[in-house]
Amino acid sequence: MRINCPICGERDSREFHYRGSAKLLDRPAPDAGAEAFYDYVYIRENPTGLNRELWFHDSGCRSWIVAERNVTTHEFFKTELAVDAKRGAK
Amino acid sequence: MSRLAKGGQLDRSQQIPFTFDGQTYLGFKGDTLASALLANDVRLVGRSFKYHRPRGILTSGSEEPNALMQIGVGPQTTPNVRATTQEIYRGLAASSQNRFPSLSFDLMEVNDLLSPFLSAGFYYKTFMWPKAFWEKLYEPVIRRAAGLGALSGAADAAHYDKAFAHCDLLVIGSGPAGLMAALTAAKGGLDVILADEDFTLGGRLNSETYEIDGAGCSDWAAGIVSELAAMKNVRLMPRTTITGAYDGGTYGALERVSHHLATAPDHAPLETFWRIAARRAILAGGAIERPIAFPNNDRPGVMMAGAVRSYVNRFAAAPGQAVSIFTNNDDGHRTAADLVAAGVTIAAVIDTRAGAVAVADYPLITGAQVVGTSGRLGLSEISVRTSAGIRKIKTDCLGVSGGWNPSVHLTCHMNGRPVWREDIAAFIPADGAIPGLISAGSALGEMSTHAALKTGADAAAEVLKDLGKKAPRVTLPKAEDAPVTIQPFWHVNGAKGRSWLDMQNDVTSKDVKLAHQENFRPVEHMKRYTTLGMATDQGKTSNMNGLAIMAELTGRSIPETGTTTFRPPYTPVAIGALGAHGAGKSFAPERFIPSDALAREKNARFAEVGLWYRPSWFTQAGETNWRQSCDREVVMVRASVGLCDVTTLGKIDIQGPDAPEFLDRVYSNMFSTLPIGKVRYGLMLREDGMVMDDGTSARFGENHYVMTTTTAAAGQVMMHLDFAAQVLWPELDVQFISVTEQWAQFAVAGPKSRQLLDGLLSEDITDETFPYMACGDVTIGKVKARLFRISFSGEHAYELAVPAHYGDAIARELDKRAAEMGGGWYGMEALNVMRIEKGFITHAEIHGRVTADDIGAGRMVSAKKDCVGKVSSQRPGLSGPEREQLVGLKPVGTVKQFLGGAHLFNVDDDAVRMNDQGYITSHCFSPTLGHTIALGFVKNGRARMGEVIKMVDLLRNVETKCEICNPVFWDEKGGALRG
Repeated sequence: MRINCPICGERDSREFHYRGSAKLLDRPAPDAGAEAFYDYVYIRENPTGLNRELWFHDSGCRSWIVAERNVTTHEFFKTELAVDAKRGAK
Repeated sequence: MSRLAKGGQLDRSQQIPFTFDGQTYLGFKGDTLASALLANDVRLVGRSFKYHRPRGILTSGSEEPNALMQIGVGPQTTPNVRATTQEIYRGLAASSQNRFPSLSFDLMEVNDLLSPFLSAGFYYKTFMWPKAFWEKLYEPVIRRAAGLGALSGAADAAHYDKAFAHCDLLVIGSGPAGLMAALTAAKGGLDVILADEDFTLGGRLNSETYEIDGAGCSDWAAGIVSELAAMKNVRLMPRTTITGAYDGGTYGALERVSHHLATAPDHAPLETFWRIAARRAILAGGAIERPIAFPNNDRPGVMMAGAVRSYVNRFAAAPGQAVSIFTNNDDGHRTAADLVAAGVTIAAVIDTRAGAVAVADYPLITGAQVVGTSGRLGLSEISVRTSAGIRKIKTDCLGVSGGWNPSVHLTCHMNGRPVWREDIAAFIPADGAIPGLISAGSALGEMSTHAALKTGADAAAEVLKDLGKKAPRVTLPKAEDAPVTIQPFWHVNGAKGRSWLDMQNDVTSKDVKLAHQENFRPVEHMKRYTTLGMATDQGKTSNMNGLAIMAELTGRSIPETGTTTFRPPYTPVAIGALGAHGAGKSFAPERFIPSDALAREKNARFAEVGLWYRPSWFTQAGETNWRQSCDREVVMVRASVGLCDVTTLGKIDIQGPDAPEFLDRVYSNMFSTLPIGKVRYGLMLREDGMVMDDGTSARFGENHYVMTTTTAAAGQVMMHLDFAAQVLWPELDVQFISVTEQWAQFAVAGPKSRQLLDGLLSEDITDETFPYMACGDVTIGKVKARLFRISFSGEHAYELAVPAHYGDAIARELDKRAAEMGGGWYGMEALNVMRIEKGFITHAEIHGRVTADDIGAGRMVSAKKDCVGKVSSQRPGLSGPEREQLVGLKPVGTVKQFLGGAHLFNVDDDAVRMNDQGYITSHCFSPTLGHTIALGFVKNGRARMGEVIKMVDLLRNVETKCEICNPVFWDEKGGALRG
């Protein structure tokens, strides 16, 4: 697979570390309670098709990247820096 | 000699001697091993896998199932090389495989007489009992009798390389479609890679005699190749097989760099494995001729008709003196016509079609079938069934053509299923099977030269348009445009004898019938039951016939029957090439500590810690085992002073206005309150509440900290910090970078540690200016250094950090000073003993399943702030007496031995899982205390101090009674630490 790093450009997926669902962007507030954190830490959708996920360009610029990928075809649709995704969400 | 007097793409001025089974032959430059052997009348080249039947050359390409050779002698011999792709070179030594004692007289030929018993499934059914016999007797014997070439058993000393390439367009195959595609795309301004497995580009054009634009087609191809070679945006890759198609336009490619050279240039690899990232690709891999199955069709001399044509046209080697052709389509007649033109005698052309007409002057028998062959070790006669009965025809070579199968293989690598095209009776690639790849030419089922040129140019134009470029004006060269005329004919029915399908795995049409009879009818089941298509050639010349027979037997059509799955690699790839630069030291590069040279001078024994090499202990004169060295080093540190290189600990420099807040959030305890000039021990949790790592952070300024991590988790912690800073809290203004490599760091530990530093540092170090857990900038001469008063040994200790390039010099200075006061270096073993004596944890304890409370650090999770893992760590079941808690253990019975990983049980309980009370994580002999000690986890351990339990290790058969105690075995109050 090839992943378009917003900083480095398109690179081989072997330069990246996969971290799973981009749900990790949405850490509950400290006072949200144990249930909210349980959901955040353990509960994941298991989609066929589009998945929003986190990749870390550890053999490159060390950016955390939010990617939209079709997990059936491995096609990437959109990549952006986690920092930007987070700011955009606010 | 069967070498034709003229013709062929050979350099007849370069005569090349080579040997086959010890006999010397001569060939020309431009010959493959196969063509040179045929030119020398060598027809018998191997023995078959199972029945040891004599076999000859079947094809002229990489699809060859029979002519597999061992190339070279000694440790660097290469087995299973296809003679049809191996170029000859001066001194090439080839030998046949799978024969004993010799190729012409093979004792294992007896297997062929036993063939009624050796049909598909024979091994599964026969060698079932007794079970133990399989591994010891049956399998070794079967393996010796069957099989291909042999490895030398010596390590592969050949050099392999890996490489990466990028292009706009990868063109796979350099026949008419590939050349036209590459030319059009290159003229349109694309970066083009043109790869072909052959050593001469041009594909099938090199084997044909017709004209393109009025020139011989091979000359036309050579012209286009030189035009492409002159273009800066084109990279030509001959001898390069595209082995696989992968996600994102990535293709694997194997380049045979020096297999064709008698002596390779210095540093040239044998093979290079390429990963090509292509924005688009055009598959122009051509087509592979398929046989017709008939009894005894595996006799040396029976070949593919297109291969016969190739040997005559390209290599000027006549595979026989009186050649016959068996065909169901017009292409067989093209072979006959070319042979007639080259002056080779045609004994007969047998066409299954009743209405076939000859296209040149040769005897033609229509509506007929070849039903048998004879000749010891090689063909001498065929039996032909005509409407008038059986006719015998003397012939020493039979070319068979059952039609051509487009090379769809690569388009199946991402689970694409080829689609059936009735008019050519073959499968073609499914549209869009590989994103970004389109097919052209005969790979697409467009079989005429005109159609190949046109679809090649069209495909390139499509790619250009796709990539936003204008297609250049390209005039299509004039070429033949003969339609495919074929009447599908897969195998001869109603004749006596076995008809071979898969020559490499010795699978016959009878085996397919047996699979049908025993209900292994889906093609994937048939494949595995019969092993059809499971040899190194992946059934390139056999799959179609096998599934056609199955279709016939089940009464379904061929597309309904379907094909098996082609998987990478297209042709075999040596593991050495795939693993290029991934073996030996390249697999695990070495990281050396700054004092490595000094440690080696001092007889250090090293342990690998990740990629680091750290001294385990330093052997001194008279010491015969590690325990003596380790014990001495512990006593030395506790009595005077010891030195240890701790550079391997992860060091992260953290700065920014929000650095204090950031540390508060990644550590469970507070760091924003840490005074400047102080160090604090910190615990890091994962978000699930488990302990991730521990370490220290030192505050050098309002907004400046230096964090240390454990050696093992340095990379993980760094990634975690990046995660926290970018994914969790990008609003925090904090920057950090790993400085592990930039600072050499040494522990100076023991009651005389301060004395050792006296005079070395410009600063005056006292308990007042530099108390326990102080840190600060210091200077050594002109070198700026950092000093931390921290201890992992429990002693009054410091860690001194200097810029890495001063590491060796400082290590030697420290060494000199230590020696003067009876001190010296200690290794990982002594370090481990001292930290166990102090109850300090490592990743043996924080192994990923323990919480802060489990290790007695529950209070380190600050109630005043949030941190990663805080909420989760407070979930029910993650703290409290029902959990296993960190304790110390000391032996109380006669057995004193502790074992890592051994489990703990109540004294009166059976040592079974139900009664499990915990386990040992670390243990050592403590020279300080004079007995063994251990750390471990025990259920509700903190409330059970003084209780006696037992350690039971059923694997190593040790049972040790021990007392649960405080994990801090020595200097519980920490007096030594403070001065």
